[in-house]
Amino acid sequence: MGWFSQEKKEKPSEEIWTKCPKCNKPIFKDEWIKNDKVCPKCGFHDRLNAWERIELLLDGGSFEETNSSVSPSDPLGFVDSKAPYSERITEAKNKTGLNESVITGTGLLDGRKIAIAVMDFRFLGGSLGSGTGEKIYRIAKKSLELNIPLVIVSASGGARMQEGILSLMQMGKTCAAISLLNEKNIPYISVLTDPTTGGVSASFAMVGDVNIAEKGALIAFAGRRVIENTIKQKLPEGFQTSEYLLEHGFVDKVVSRNEMKKTISNILSFYNRNAG
Amino acid sequence: MKEKEKTAVKSKPAQAKTKTATQAKTEAKAKKSNTSSWETTLMARNQNRPYFKDYAAGMFTDFIELHGDRRFSDDKAISGGFAKLGGLPVMLIGHNKGGVDVTAKAEHRFGLPLPDGYRKAQRLMELAQKFNTPVITLIDTSGAYPGIEGEERGQAEAIARNLVVMAQLKVPVVVVVVGEGGSGGALGIGVGDTVFMLENAVYSVISPEGCAGILWRDGTKAELAANALKITANDLIKFGIIDKIIDEPEGGAHKDHAKTFENVREVILEELQRLQKLSPEKRVENRIEKFAKMGVFTE
Ligand SMILES: [Zn+2]
Repeated sequence: MGWFSQEKKEKPSEEIWTKCPKCNKPIFKDEWIKNDKVCPKCGFHDRLNAWERIELLLDGGSFEETNSSVSPSDPLGFVDSKAPYSERITEAKNKTGLNESVITGTGLLDGRKIAIAVMDFRFLGGSLGSGTGEKIYRIAKKSLELNIPLVIVSASGGARMQEGILSLMQMGKTCAAISLLNEKNIPYISVLTDPTTGGVSASFAMVGDVNIAEKGALIAFAGRRVIENTIKQKLPEGFQTSEYLLEHGFVDKVVSRNEMKKTISNILSFYNRNAG
Repeated sequence: MKEKEKTAVKSKPAQAKTKTATQAKTEAKAKKSNTSSWETTLMARNQNRPYFKDYAAGMFTDFIELHGDRRFSDDKAISGGFAKLGGLPVMLIGHNKGGVDVTAKAEHRFGLPLPDGYRKAQRLMELAQKFNTPVITLIDTSGAYPGIEGEERGQAEAIARNLVVMAQLKVPVVVVVVGEGGSGGALGIGVGDTVFMLENAVYSVISPEGCAGILWRDGTKAELAANALKITANDLIKFGIIDKIIDEPEGGAHKDHAKTFENVREVILEELQRLQKLSPEKRVENRIEKFAKMGVFTE
């Protein structure tokens, strides 16, 4: 790696190099971006934000966003040890440029019109707030109204504690929306990405007609720490990974990022909407 | 741009349905519990409150317990079966914490259900649909079991599936939060046409201890977390999460089981009469609309 130490002495600008967060190997930033943040050395899938995910899955320029102004409110006047929830909301908005932890809209996937919701972990850990639930409810109704498949890409730490019971009820609300699609035989594909846990895994993310997990994602109901603390169990190797869920029968496929669009497209190609 | 706060919650106070005599009492209690969410939490966890078995034997008659999820096991943390309520055939399903006795508690995994429990509940709800009997669920759990067995058998999927199935059940579904309503583990049998809550019950997205551990980095700050989370019946009725608060006897449900059963039975029977006048389609539509309205956000 002599060439690299040389480079290092010349202090390469940060714009040229980046490091894989998993294996720590240096990678050309261009290559990292071109490879959709998947490490060419070890295959690690780094998290994508919602816009990157939309770019990955939808045909260029086809996305039309819906309900972008839906945004959290602070119904409980919640204040924890460090900050009021209202401040955390402002912070999250400024950091991400988003108004909620999910982006919704319609677009084309290989020329096929779909309704889509993509969660963004950067916004309050992708937590399931009232606004999140509302947007998912509305986009599900949209897919119903337009008779087009629904794809939801999850990335979430679970419920949003700062919204208390209102957050919990979003699980019921989103699943009620999914139940409407089932009644009308409208396909719903759930894509589970790192991480999909708690109240999101225990609601819409786990009840896709087809559940697809991205390679290496953490997918869980209870967090490792909770399990270790409350039940005092030692956890097995590879516990709560995409591969673990495949083995136990809770996802249909584990797919690497560069295969994701093709996989969804293939599955949807089997949907015969006139057969109903 | 002027932001307006959307209250999906229709603040049509469901107390309107309550008798005026009890209304003043409820309001007086509202003041009390707003300043003591933690006390209410302790009350909800009181060892001597009625357990599932007490409701099954004391509030219902002719209970025929049905066992097993037909997939893996019979989870004892959720029990259910046919029963009669005031002579009316129903399907009774509830979290089962066992009883006062420590052995019974352990046997019922302290009311922390495995996926098998939620799947048994699902099976029984679908059976109720076939028999055209209303479903009554009693919520009393601190949460779904967090452990290896739960994860490997799909705790998340089991709960999520129930939320989807319950949204579409063609028979009336009445939910009563009788003790602790702990997060997804509670909601997993908690989607109904009507959701009642006992006066000293709590219902929360996370246990106060769990919330304190995460947001305060200190599990002993549970009291602060309990207040911040707004988990009492009075809080929930304001947010439109529950439809009515059921009065407990003086001092709490543990003081007088028989009186508690009488109060709960009366409220359920009255509600079932109302629900049975609606068509199945209308009930499902209303149920979904009810949950769709839950949430507060700006737009
Ligand atoms: Zn790597």
